[in-house]
Amino acid sequence: MINITVNGQHHEVDADPNMPLLWVIRDILGLTGTKYGCGAAQCGACTIHLNGEAVRSCVTKLNRAAGQRIVTIEGLSANNDHPLQLAWNEMNVPQCGYCQSGQIMSGAILLRENSNPSDQDIDDAMSGNICRCGTYQRIRAAIHKAAAMQTEGAKL
Amino acid sequence: MKKLIVIILIASITGLVTLSFRPETVKTDKYLVLPKDSVGSVKAFMSVYTVLKSARCMNCHPAGDSPLQGDDSHIHTMNVKRGADGKGLYSVRCSNCHQAENTAGLHMPPGNPKWGLPPANMRMVFQGRTPRQLALQLLDPKQNGGRTKAQLIEHMAHDDLVGWAWHPGDGRTLPPMSRPAFAAQVRLWIAKGAYAPSAKAK
Repeated sequence: MINITVNGQHHEVDADPNMPLLWVIRDILGLTGTKYGCGAAQCGACTIHLNGEAVRSCVTKLNRAAGQRIVTIEGLSANNDHPLQLAWNEMNVPQCGYCQSGQIMSGAILLRENSNPSDQDIDDAMSGNICRCGTYQRIRAAIHKAAAMQTEGAKL
Repeated sequence: MKKLIVIILIASITGLVTLSFRPETVKTDKYLVLPKDSVGSVKAFMSVYTVLKSARCMNCHPAGDSPLQGDDSHIHTMNVKRGADGKGLYSVRCSNCHQAENTAGLHMPPGNPKWGLPPANMRMVFQGRTPRQLALQLLDPKQNGGRTKAQLIEHMAHDDLVGWAWHPGDGRTLPPMSRPAFAAQVRLWIAKGAYAPSAKAK
């Protein structure tokens, strides 16, 4: 049994320590918001937060997460009201939507570390998340909007 | 008077013996020293240079702020950035993809617990350096991470991340000589005087 905490909930997982964390999250815990894209840490669709870092769950083994704290898109906010989720919704960012949970999880790390990112900062943070629909311009605009919302929220 | 001279003599000898065992003397220069030999030293460094310029070493010692990939040393996909600590930026941190060990399979992320570039304030660039430039850089504590010659040898011979170059995972070529052979050439280079090649050396 391997103990992990996902979105604040403790789980004892009976699985091979070498199983990709993505399989544990999707197939064992049933949290299917995190997507399988390439399986090679090249596309970012499987991005989750492991101890506050935007880790690629497709190449991260379960044993790396043992005793650690995981957050998936389902646990990013209590009511889907993270500034990024609100901005995404307001600006109709997704097209097919497949990459978007990974995009948001990466964007959340950027906003945590840089409350007012420039276009270059956004490129630096988001270049590992690929969108086959090409929604990059809307992603960038939504991150700027979320940053503004986050700053406004902090003032209230 | 004779007694005084004997006492002074004993005190002097005791002092000299004590000084010769000062711990910093042992710490700073504990490496093989041979008679100075500029030709032999440079010859050994040129062997070291072929390893440092190989893709497995140079790819993480780039001239720019992005690591390199592959035997052709192309810019890392995603245009990954160095960051202040050499471990990446924001959501593109090295260990987000690179695990503590190589991920199995062709083109999968290689790994090591210390995976990363040199930090931004100590870039330790190999790419584009001539043999002379690289030798002088390696010997300069202000450019080599503050290492003494003994620590430089230790780093080249035993550091775990340096050692990854000889266990790089599927599909990656190895440096042009074994790790023990490389370490021996580093020791020889320094033992014979740590000479830098001439500016004409390539």
